[in-house]
Amino acid sequence: MKTNKKTTSNCNPFDFLTEEIIFTILDYLNDDPFSKKSFSLTCKALYSIESHHRKTLKPLRAELLSRTLHRYPHIEHLDLTLCPRIEDSMLNVVSLACKDALCSINLSRSRFFTNIGLSSLVSSCFNLVEIDLSNGVELNDLAAAAIAEAKNLEKLWLSRCKLITDMGIGCVAVGCRKLRLICLKWCLKVSDLGLQLLALKCKEIRSLDLSYLQITEKCLPSILQLQHLEDLVLEGCLGIDDDALSTLQQSCKSLKTLNMSHCHNHSHVGLSSLINGAENLRELTLAYGPAITEDLAKCLHTFSGLRSVKFDGCLVKCSGVRAIARWPHSLKELSFSKCSGVEDDSLSFLVQAHKELTKLDITCCRKITYDSVDSITSSCRSLTSVRMESCSLVPKEAFVLFGQRCELIEELDVTDTKIDDEGLKSISRCSKLSSLKLGICLNIADDGLKHIGSSCSKLKELDLYRFCLNFQCLHSSSTMFKP
Amino acid sequence: MEPNDRLSLDAWANPSSSCNGLPRKMSLENPSFTNFNLQQQEQKWDDTSILNYGIRIEPPFLEFNQASESEYLLSSTCNNQPKVLDQEDGLNNEALQTSKSLDWDPRTMLNNLSFLEQKIHHLQDLVHLIVGRKGQALGGHDQLVTQQQQLITADLTSIIVQLISTAGSLLPSVKHKLSTGPPNGQLGELLFPPLAGMNCVPQPQHGSGSVAVQPQCVTGSKVSDQCNQMDVTGSFGTEQNLSIEEHEMKEEEDADEGENLPPGSYDILQLEKEEILAPHTHFCTICGKGFKRDANLRMHMRGHGDEYKTPAALAKPNKESSSEPVIIKRYSCPFAGCKRNKDHKKFQPLKTILCVKNHYKRTHCDKSYICSRCNTKKFSVMADLKTHEKHCGKDKWLCSCGTTFSRKDKLFGHIALFQGHTPAIPLEETKGPSVSCDKMDGNEASNKSGNINFSFGSNAGSGAQNIIEVKEDGDDPASYFSPLSFDTCNFGGFHEFPRPTFDDSESSFSFLEAP
Repeated sequence: MKTNKKTTSNCNPFDFLTEEIIFTILDYLNDDPFSKKSFSLTCKALYSIESHHRKTLKPLRAELLSRTLHRYPHIEHLDLTLCPRIEDSMLNVVSLACKDALCSINLSRSRFFTNIGLSSLVSSCFNLVEIDLSNGVELNDLAAAAIAEAKNLEKLWLSRCKLITDMGIGCVAVGCRKLRLICLKWCLKVSDLGLQLLALKCKEIRSLDLSYLQITEKCLPSILQLQHLEDLVLEGCLGIDDDALSTLQQSCKSLKTLNMSHCHNHSHVGLSSLINGAENLRELTLAYGPAITEDLAKCLHTFSGLRSVKFDGCLVKCSGVRAIARWPHSLKELSFSKCSGVEDDSLSFLVQAHKELTKLDITCCRKITYDSVDSITSSCRSLTSVRMESCSLVPKEAFVLFGQRCELIEELDVTDTKIDDEGLKSISRCSKLSSLKLGICLNIADDGLKHIGSSCSKLKELDLYRFCLNFQCLHSSSTMFKP
Repeated sequence: MEPNDRLSLDAWANPSSSCNGLPRKMSLENPSFTNFNLQQQEQKWDDTSILNYGIRIEPPFLEFNQASESEYLLSSTCNNQPKVLDQEDGLNNEALQTSKSLDWDPRTMLNNLSFLEQKIHHLQDLVHLIVGRKGQALGGHDQLVTQQQQLITADLTSIIVQLISTAGSLLPSVKHKLSTGPPNGQLGELLFPPLAGMNCVPQPQHGSGSVAVQPQCVTGSKVSDQCNQMDVTGSFGTEQNLSIEEHEMKEEEDADEGENLPPGSYDILQLEKEEILAPHTHFCTICGKGFKRDANLRMHMRGHGDEYKTPAALAKPNKESSSEPVIIKRYSCPFAGCKRNKDHKKFQPLKTILCVKNHYKRTHCDKSYICSRCNTKKFSVMADLKTHEKHCGKDKWLCSCGTTFSRKDKLFGHIALFQGHTPAIPLEETKGPSVSCDKMDGNEASNKSGNINFSFGSNAGSGAQNIIEVKEDGDDPASYFSPLSFDTCNFGGFHEFPRPTFDDSESSFSFLEAP
């Protein structure tokens, strides 16, 4: 393999570079697609090396897929979300081209393939580990049966595959014994029976998403008996209520993440019986759920591992917030987004108790004033993400505090607030800032942006919705922005 | 013989006026049946004459009631005449012993008995006539011969009827005593209903006779309740049948039929194979046409004369309830070696004649009826087939091992138990939300080619491969539901599905067929 011509030495220095070394070099170029492109265009040898190196592919056009796969024979991750129309014939092409190299394929944006394409895909690519079939609204049980042939499958997404029923899930459960993640969000025809079978046969499940399924508590015992279950999402499972949950006797010790959003039918009683025994619980999401009362907070008192709590859209009581403040364990993430009832006193009390907060979301907490921001910024110095959209009562002076005290902020959302240039100037001191949302901020002007632009070198996202752009300021700050 | 005669004489200490010196005759003339017969030949047309009762006195007759003669019984005596002599001893002794302990009116009993004796002799003569006729069958005018034969057979019939009725009238009193006594016959088997129930067409031929005789056995059960009090020994029914036909039948069913099995005191009857399998069990006495049901026969008889159109003739012969407890009758299967055969070590009797029929057909006959839906199940009894068809195809939840279930949770329970079983999803489906392809019944409605995805691989339910294989396979031998013959499950939706609703399937089909 030689390219450069200089024949001063008989041996070509490139001869010493084995393929593995060049692969390692190419790995460093993973973030820079243009570099890789130029690399491959250098010479035939490097072209072939690069073509053997590439492992992921995200094509734009499915028609060119066969040629692309011919060029890149070792594709392991194929992301077809940008191709609007994938048909069975293309899946056949993929299966023949990639064969056993393919590990992961994402078909979540196309509706036009059927079980036939899937079965051809699965029969050739027996190393397939991940399949994303979300939004496959026309996939039926035969497709599920085809998927069941993928014996090594570990991750399966079937969100919105509304035609898949218990029969299909039964096939998958029996066929894919190594399944670790399965997402059945909105698969409305799946019921308790299918889930029981799934929990019985696929013992390796780590992550289970059962959002918006019409399930009842009958499937929960078998699900909770999964030894390795870490992530359980029961969002919108309205069939589960307090009475049902109180009959639960099983506990899942391995549970780390629980999401019971949009469940109106249960209260802290049900919740406590569900998470009973889950000592490793780390994240709890109860968005749009029961009221955050003192009882609820008390039943979470014992979970020493709890680090992240999201109470979006719930009715928050002061007593509840104070009870949260009394938790022995220190929260890292807290969300009261769109909660009514969050007030200065209780919030201040809370943040003073949880000084290690890194993420705080108080979107639409309209009662928050300067005091809260003051407490937040003084107590939680290690905040990295703050979302304060529509906190209308917070005066502009408060935003200065962010820059003064919380210099680790990476994400700041102050949409629809009274932030002004002074605040922006102060915030520009946060050198790690990467995302800044300033929509509907009527008080900001070019000066502030100039500061931001000049100081925040890591800024990647800037939302200036409704901002009156002044081209002058853009010009001056654009040089500091990365493309 | 003589001691027996004397015993019988003793029993009949007071001859009734109607008895024409019977006892004396009996005592005087020992075995000479034939003498009597000859003497009676002139009287053979005289039905009312009292027969000179032969030597033989059978115990059941001793127990006969003085009830009316309208009750019919196929008298054991009439057929057992040749064998009577053999069995007399035991029977007489036992009968006498039991009779002594009973309360009965000797006079009426004697009357009936003497009447019976007369009739028996009469019958004997007739039978001998037939024998004689047969011998002369070569010569003579055919028409005459046949006419005479007809007359004879008609006469025989009437005599037998009377015998039975009389004998039956003598029955009711003593049965319970004798149930523990000597072996009880199954006379009840051979009861034929009075009047129009004359199914027996006594004919001199062996085969037809057996056929004629069989119905008596079968239909006798109807009237058997009347005469359940009979303690006749052995399967007199069958024996009688045999002897009615001129003793030409070879079946040896007399040997041990008189036993009572130790476990209980129940009678055991064994019908012959031809009897069991006979399609018709009721026969018209006039034209010989066969019917399955007695009611049908009665309808048919209306065409033979006005006397059969009377309400009495048309009425169902009801069984009179008896005040005495009935003898339990159990049946044995004639098939050698069958567990239901009385000779088997672990004999398990059958309860009714219908049970015998069904058992024999199910166990010892080949299965000729096939279910039209599943084309798999075969039956030998029509009723079994109908029962099966009621429920055939109701199971819609299908497992890969081929087991069908009527409910989804049963299917899932089954799959949960075993490794490698998956739910089997029918192959043919249509795209589009209009047909929900999840439910099996919907799939059947749209199931055009009748192929079903059976993944028979035990460990790796190779559904995908089977899909491809089954498609290419023209006829799936395991195709459980073929919509073409699946009338009830087509829901009408079958007709509404002209073809797959999208083009992609066709292209993908072609894609599959040309791998």
